[in-house]
Amino acid sequence: MRTLAPFLKNYKKESILAPFFKFLEVVFDLLVPLVVARIIDTGIARNDHGFIVRNFFLLILMAAAGLTVSITAQFFAAKASAGFAAELRQAMYDHIQGLSYSELDTLGTDTLITRLTDDINQVQNGLNMGLRLLLRSPFIVIGSMVMAFTINVRCALIFAAAIPVLFLVVFVIMYLSIPLFRKVQGRLDAVTRLTRENLTGVRVIRAFCREQESVKEFDISNQELTKLNEFVGKLSALLNPVTYVLINIATVILIHTAGLQVNLGNMQQGEAVALYNYMAQMIIELIKLASLIITLNKAAACAGRVAGVLHVNSSMKYASETSGRGLKGSAVQFQNVTFSYPGTGAPSLSDISFSVEKGQTVGIIGGTGSGKTTLVNLIARFYDATSGQVLLDGKDIKDYTRQELRSKIGVVPQKAALFKGSIRDNMKWGREDAGDKEIWEALTIAQAREIVEGKEGKLDFALEQNGKNLSGGQRQRLTIARALVKKPEFLILDDSASALDFATDAALRKALSRLKGQMTTFLVSQRAASIRQADQILVLDDGMLVGTGTHDSLLASCSAYREIYFSQFPEECRKYEEEHRKISPEDVLSPAGVKEVLS
Amino acid sequence: MNTGSKKSGAGSSEILWKVLRFIGKYRLLMALSILLAAVSVVLQLYVPFLFGDAIDEIVAQGQVNFSRMWYYLSRILIMVLLSGAATWIMNMINNRMTYRTVQDIRSKAIRHIQVLPLSYLDRHSTGDIISRVIADTDILSDGLLLGFTQLFSGIVTIIGTLIFMLSKNVWITLLVIVLTPLSFFVAKFISSHSFQMFQKQSEARGRQTALIEEMIGNQKVVQAFGYEEKSSRRFAQVNQELKEYSQKAVFFSSLTNPSTRFVNNVIYAAVALTGAFLIPGGHLTVGGLSVLLAYANQYMKPFNDISSVVTELQNALACASRIFALLEEEPESPEASGRIEDVKGEVDIRDVSFSYTPDRKLITHFTLHAAPGKRIAIVGPTGCGKTTFINLLMRFYDVNSGTISIDGRPVQELSRHALRKCFGMVLQDTWIKSGTVRENICIGRPEASDSEIIEAAKKSHSWEFIRRLPEGLDTQLREDSLSQGQKQLLCITRVMLCLPPMLILDEATSSIDTRTEMMIQKAFDQMMKGRTSFIVAHRLSTIRNADEILVMKDGNIIEQGNHEELMKKGGFYEHLYNSQFVRTED
Repeated sequence: MRTLAPFLKNYKKESILAPFFKFLEVVFDLLVPLVVARIIDTGIARNDHGFIVRNFFLLILMAAAGLTVSITAQFFAAKASAGFAAELRQAMYDHIQGLSYSELDTLGTDTLITRLTDDINQVQNGLNMGLRLLLRSPFIVIGSMVMAFTINVRCALIFAAAIPVLFLVVFVIMYLSIPLFRKVQGRLDAVTRLTRENLTGVRVIRAFCREQESVKEFDISNQELTKLNEFVGKLSALLNPVTYVLINIATVILIHTAGLQVNLGNMQQGEAVALYNYMAQMIIELIKLASLIITLNKAAACAGRVAGVLHVNSSMKYASETSGRGLKGSAVQFQNVTFSYPGTGAPSLSDISFSVEKGQTVGIIGGTGSGKTTLVNLIARFYDATSGQVLLDGKDIKDYTRQELRSKIGVVPQKAALFKGSIRDNMKWGREDAGDKEIWEALTIAQAREIVEGKEGKLDFALEQNGKNLSGGQRQRLTIARALVKKPEFLILDDSASALDFATDAALRKALSRLKGQMTTFLVSQRAASIRQADQILVLDDGMLVGTGTHDSLLASCSAYREIYFSQFPEECRKYEEEHRKISPEDVLSPAGVKEVLS
Repeated sequence: MNTGSKKSGAGSSEILWKVLRFIGKYRLLMALSILLAAVSVVLQLYVPFLFGDAIDEIVAQGQVNFSRMWYYLSRILIMVLLSGAATWIMNMINNRMTYRTVQDIRSKAIRHIQVLPLSYLDRHSTGDIISRVIADTDILSDGLLLGFTQLFSGIVTIIGTLIFMLSKNVWITLLVIVLTPLSFFVAKFISSHSFQMFQKQSEARGRQTALIEEMIGNQKVVQAFGYEEKSSRRFAQVNQELKEYSQKAVFFSSLTNPSTRFVNNVIYAAVALTGAFLIPGGHLTVGGLSVLLAYANQYMKPFNDISSVVTELQNALACASRIFALLEEEPESPEASGRIEDVKGEVDIRDVSFSYTPDRKLITHFTLHAAPGKRIAIVGPTGCGKTTFINLLMRFYDVNSGTISIDGRPVQELSRHALRKCFGMVLQDTWIKSGTVRENICIGRPEASDSEIIEAAKKSHSWEFIRRLPEGLDTQLREDSLSQGQKQLLCITRVMLCLPPMLILDEATSSIDTRTEMMIQKAFDQMMKGRTSFIVAHRLSTIRNADEILVMKDGNIIEQGNHEELMKKGGFYEHLYNSQFVRTED
């Protein structure tokens, strides 16, 4: 709660004025029973019609004044609550923008989305209701007590005793149910998750004939949610009747005391009626308050979830300003880099050292889970190395500002994500000021020109969310083009041609190689054919760098590379084996020898 | 969440009927709840009446009749306790009805999802269906059930109040009845204006949610492109819009309360005025006036409640229509009962045509005979119909014309389970359910022992990474806790454990390195001895050993034969195959 309070800061004026005008409204409301008491005790007793009519108009006037201040209060309350929610949403959104990949991994984007939408909506609802009623009810309650004191101290003491008891009851029930509401939200998450799984996994579920089991699993989760909901429900169901009973008991005592006081001559009958009216006003407000509390409870639980995200700080610090150019050095250099993902034991990369010169094309190959993606993620500083150092143009990668780093590096991730909007909008992600000519250039290199030309409106063709109206291969090519529009110094292609057929893949590489010298390119691939021509190939095996060099030298010296290569080109293997037998082992080990054999 | 609620053809009364039929099994609880609501409302209304009587015993100094007063006060205590108990029980009954109905609807929905045709599920976004099952259901139950009881207790309150007031004084009651519509009109005028604002608010909210889903869902890409600021600006724009609509909607709707309270206060003053003139004539007591004033104070509340309940009901019905649209969606074509045993694996596809949309033909006159034990590979550019072919084979979709038969039996004669049990399927889009590694592997054979699982995992080379997970087979998996390749290995392990008579691999090894793939391939070879398999792949090394390679383009087979034959032929396949040797420097 305290975390969220600062977001009201810009609405300080409104947050003070709203309760102030509410307070004025309450004052008018509270004066009403006094006027009525005067009508009874003076007007009726003396049968003074003029007095009664004058007080009637006084009541109307007070009602009108009440209306005016109340509308003013509502205006400020609406402004404050809508503004608060908007600021909170923006702050949370911006906060997420600043989180690093590690935090995004731990939190999971699914929860972030629900918290940013559903949870904040709940908080806003809570605040709306809260500002409207919560500000009125306590004023009425406390005000009634104050007014009671002006009438009769003895009777007012009953108010003074009843109010804390009532607040205690409300507080205890709230205290007990807030954690439970949070639990309910968690169970609801589970039900939502299972629903989603049943939809996304429908083909697998049906292929394995698991429909019954899926339903059973869902039922269990569904019933658990219901059980918990009913349990929490029992608790909050108490709130309303308990407050009602308690306040009526207080009223009974009040009437008894009022009877004693009137009997002693300390008070008049009209004043007893006024006291009763104050109590009645309190009943109405408290019952409203009790049902409001349930909404507020839910909002508080959601506020907790929102605050939870705001409390997560990015583990990654960027340099605040551009420091002077580092030593001129290799384009990319890894020095004894080890990396493990947070929360996992074994490192995903261990003790990696290599360096890459400017303009080189670097192929990265290795088995599934060998750390290829992790390695390129470190080059882009999506994660920080657990130990060791990553240097970019001779400068520690941590010394770059965020802006600098992002503008240097173009990444094409495995998952080809495009966004709703025109193709042009998507292409401009790389560089906002990119012109159509530059976009077409990038599309041509990425072998995506004909895709775009085939679409209605060409660059204006509207993509659906996630580029759903394109095939997997088309999406991949567009994401490559998007990275090229940026004209980055470093281009990272993380297995981003996997959905392309070989012919297109080859054409793409050919086009990329023409850009040589402008860009240092990292090519992660499963296909040996894709990286064979690279200036340098890094072979990874289980997080270890087991070979670096060109295709030919690796073929001679690196058994892991040989295995990968021959598994894809059995003919070459046969050829290699045949030649192998003719040549002495020394020759095989020298790269030159192998080159000769293979050419 | 109900922004996208489509106007269903059915009128709201029809939907109301459907909902009532749905909650029919709780009609006893419903009746009890209504009864309790009536009891507690009447008791609560009777209490001020008794207080009035008690106050009448307090006349002046020395004129207080304590025994009479306590006669009324003790009654009040009993009434209050009874009413409290009734409210409590009613609340619990309402909770039970609400939550049970939600549970029923959701459980029915999930069952219906299992039998919906894939064409429906492919066409509708997952998010939309989820919001029907989760959010709309909640709104329906809250709005409808609670709205219903509130509506009822509101009506009881109004009638009860009028009766009690009548018993005190006819004139004042008439005065109140005459002035009532005033407040009603004011409330209605305001709510119809704020409704528009609410609509605009929910539209803006819908736009914002879409942006959030897209941006936060791809947050890593956003950061990789340094798009954070732009993304934040775009968000700020929608956020600003939402803020303005939201502020207006909140303000307009919050006018209802002060305005009706004003009308209420006018009525209150009028009652006080009239009462003051009536008391000296003996038509009314002071206690009676205080009762009437208390009633006048409470009297307007049910009217406000009812008008807000009506909007809530409309909202709930809109949600209900979305839920029923899902529940009433036509299920798959009815199930045949045919079984098939000792599958030999002969697949015969004859003259099959199929298209997802009538205006775009996809597969036309497709014919293929696969002898038992053969390995059939399918290659071709993206969008050529490879995946569609698998959709038809598994009967995720039904053919438009032509027949597919297995061991000579048309698939339409077989039950879907019988047909699907014939195939082991691994798709490119790996699907991992949240749960342990073991649960994920055992999907096809829940009874498998650990040693069987480990053996299958070893064969499919997933054991190496499973072994290293923090808790081995018991490690909890989430959507992104494994790499794409590891997920594929896990999916292959699933199939390995089942030993199905036939195999479908749709780009099943695309994210696995070729070395591991070769080893898996060997394991498959062994396992598939004498079993028919269908393999879709881009990677030509994967399919080279196939007995028969189908080269597809635009839904037709353009070339057919084994690797050597096709290479000799020098057609599309040869071109495709050789392109992987092209040197970029050339």
